[in-house]
Amino acid sequence: MTSPIAGGVDCDLHPAVPHLTSLVPYMTDYWRDQVTTRGMADLISQSYPVNSPISSRPDWRPAQGKPGSAIADMQAQALDKFGTAYGICNPLYGVQMVFSEDMANAFCRALNDWLVKEWLDKDDRLRGSIVIPVQSIEKAVAEIERCAEDKRFVQVLMLVMGDIPLGKRYYWPIYAAAERLGLPIGIHAGSAYHNPPSSVGWGSYHIEDYVAQAQAFQTQLTSLIVEGVFARHPNLKMVMLESGFTWLAPFLWRLHKFWRGIRMETPWVDRAPLEIVRSNIRFSLQPVDAPPEPDTLNRLFDHMQSDELILFSTDYPHWQFDGDAVLPEGLSPDLVRKIMIDNPLATYSRLRVKETTP
Amino acid sequence: MNIQIRERPQSAASTGIKTAIADGDIHPARATRDELYPFLAKRWHSHLESFGAHAHQGMMEGPPYPKAQPNAARRDAYPPEGGPQGSSLSFMQKQHLDPNNVVLGVLNPLATGQGLRNHDLAAAICAAVNDWQIEKWTSKDARLKGSVVVANEDGVSAAAEIRKRAGDPNFVQVLLLSRNAEPLGQRRYWPIYEAAQEAGLPVGVHAFGYGGNPITASGWPSYYIEEMVGHSQCQQTVLASLVLEGVFARFPKLKMVMVEAGFGWAPSLAWRLDKVFSKLHAEVPHLERKPSEYIRDHIWWTTQPMEDPESRDHLFQVIEWIGWDKLLFATDYPHWDYDEPSRVLPPGVSDANRQAFYLDNAKKLYGIA
Repeated sequence: MTSPIAGGVDCDLHPAVPHLTSLVPYMTDYWRDQVTTRGMADLISQSYPVNSPISSRPDWRPAQGKPGSAIADMQAQALDKFGTAYGICNPLYGVQMVFSEDMANAFCRALNDWLVKEWLDKDDRLRGSIVIPVQSIEKAVAEIERCAEDKRFVQVLMLVMGDIPLGKRYYWPIYAAAERLGLPIGIHAGSAYHNPPSSVGWGSYHIEDYVAQAQAFQTQLTSLIVEGVFARHPNLKMVMLESGFTWLAPFLWRLHKFWRGIRMETPWVDRAPLEIVRSNIRFSLQPVDAPPEPDTLNRLFDHMQSDELILFSTDYPHWQFDGDAVLPEGLSPDLVRKIMIDNPLATYSRLRVKETTP
Repeated sequence: MNIQIRERPQSAASTGIKTAIADGDIHPARATRDELYPFLAKRWHSHLESFGAHAHQGMMEGPPYPKAQPNAARRDAYPPEGGPQGSSLSFMQKQHLDPNNVVLGVLNPLATGQGLRNHDLAAAICAAVNDWQIEKWTSKDARLKGSVVVANEDGVSAAAEIRKRAGDPNFVQVLLLSRNAEPLGQRRYWPIYEAAQEAGLPVGVHAFGYGGNPITASGWPSYYIEEMVGHSQCQQTVLASLVLEGVFARFPKLKMVMVEAGFGWAPSLAWRLDKVFSKLHAEVPHLERKPSEYIRDHIWWTTQPMEDPESRDHLFQVIEWIGWDKLLFATDYPHWDYDEPSRVLPPGVSDANRQAFYLDNAKKLYGIA
């Protein structure tokens, strides 16, 4: 087993909102009334059914309540366990699924305020991601600016499957705000379910949706690169969260080949896709979609041609590994240090700021 | 990849390969709009003139994303007698089959009834295209073999068309496109697989097509390059659907070919499937084996557009993970991203693997002596 080292940054932790009613104290009177009068249901996304095996490691599943809903469990099972210096909280509460931008905005604000109060204030190792109402650019930018005053927010969080591809110019004001405020954009697995959850329609099974997340990340990387997001925002970092990464090298071979062939269509893409990935895109470690032999994994790292792309993550409480095997077999001590400490610190500039509370 | 920006002498196009090869992906085209009419009942002639093909996309003329070149085909592939690229047998022979020593060429017609919203029209056009393949191509050149095209969204009529062609030596596979109304593992498509298995025909799944779904799970992208790259993500999802729906558990003799969608992604997809399956197998109890085992036993891959990493070792490692016995060389003639036979495989491949890659795997799969 490859042992984790102390002082790492866990880039993908999932604190769970116990119920929509838990957010009610953080809503305005109007929305409080809407939630209660209309009897709104809990916003649990089909991407992560509470009782699905992938939603929680069996030994991390609490006797009561949603996995990831108790801070003491997260502390014991993830933060203390792996000697984590900083843990970045990416709430996967299904606020992106609602269709009204006003409702989404109210729920995102409540979710971000809830995260500060219930998590960040209770453990100074924890950092947050700003969840945004992507259906309204104005509201999304305003929410980023509102939350960014608290330096414990270190990134903006979006889902990999939304209404339109992420590279589209519509989203660029979000990217401009993030770049200006030193916030990477985290793109996490999951869908707003405003489109079918695959590019060939609706599958039958939960397992298909989960497998399809990796294909969704690939199409988003194409969109982000060819639309020219990083030509316009060269200092913007994006982090693919729970994306898998073993597909990256063959994906880039194909994208590179077509870019060479038809770059006249997108002339602003003036660097090879691999170079853009190296300078602007990072990937969380878990899940490692590879066989357990160290030899194969090291070849895959070799195919990626960089040791700076991967950021440590447990994906707590999702079930990606057993026991203490958060790092795959066969990583060199040098690579472990890069993945756990150097790469995340280079990506999240706000982790390097000493004074964090507003 | 081959972008023709100026004329080059014919001889230079055929620097090629001296040994015999199979080409797993050749696209025959119609010289004129009405070339299919002799094979199509009269009522459909006026129907097409009045209402068009009515596909799952809005453009009456041309594709939704303009291609990089006219007809997405090589500029040097226009036949001297006129008509679009790929529409002349004699010019295909002269430009491709003869100089490249192609002894087996699999025809994959693309503009067929697949993906049309009117299922009766779809079935009529598919039957016509199948007759046209025999009449214009396979009966005139024994090296060429056809693909049975079918009205993909109507499993019953598709199965009937396959049964009609079963045992006909003009055809070596059934052809589907990757993008359909639903993922290809769905049971509406099972009659196709049942009939193909019964006929002993592999099913080729060629990238492309219009099924009505956006080509990303986040809606429609902006550019042609996104569609081109996106086909390989569609294909990954299609393969996952086929495996997870239990198509190979249900049809244990079925063989499928992934055509023009790349193969570099296959190991990563198989590992991901296995890893998730180890946790979620309770949801798909109809699977008797690990997903990667179905893929290893039932799937073949055409090579074009060839994976092209900077290091040939990376290419060889990926091929070893898939198996040298599973790749079928293909050029995609006459399309613009055509792979030149002599330049596809870097040096360093054993004679046996080279022979398997260029010829033997295809002959074995398609049952050609």
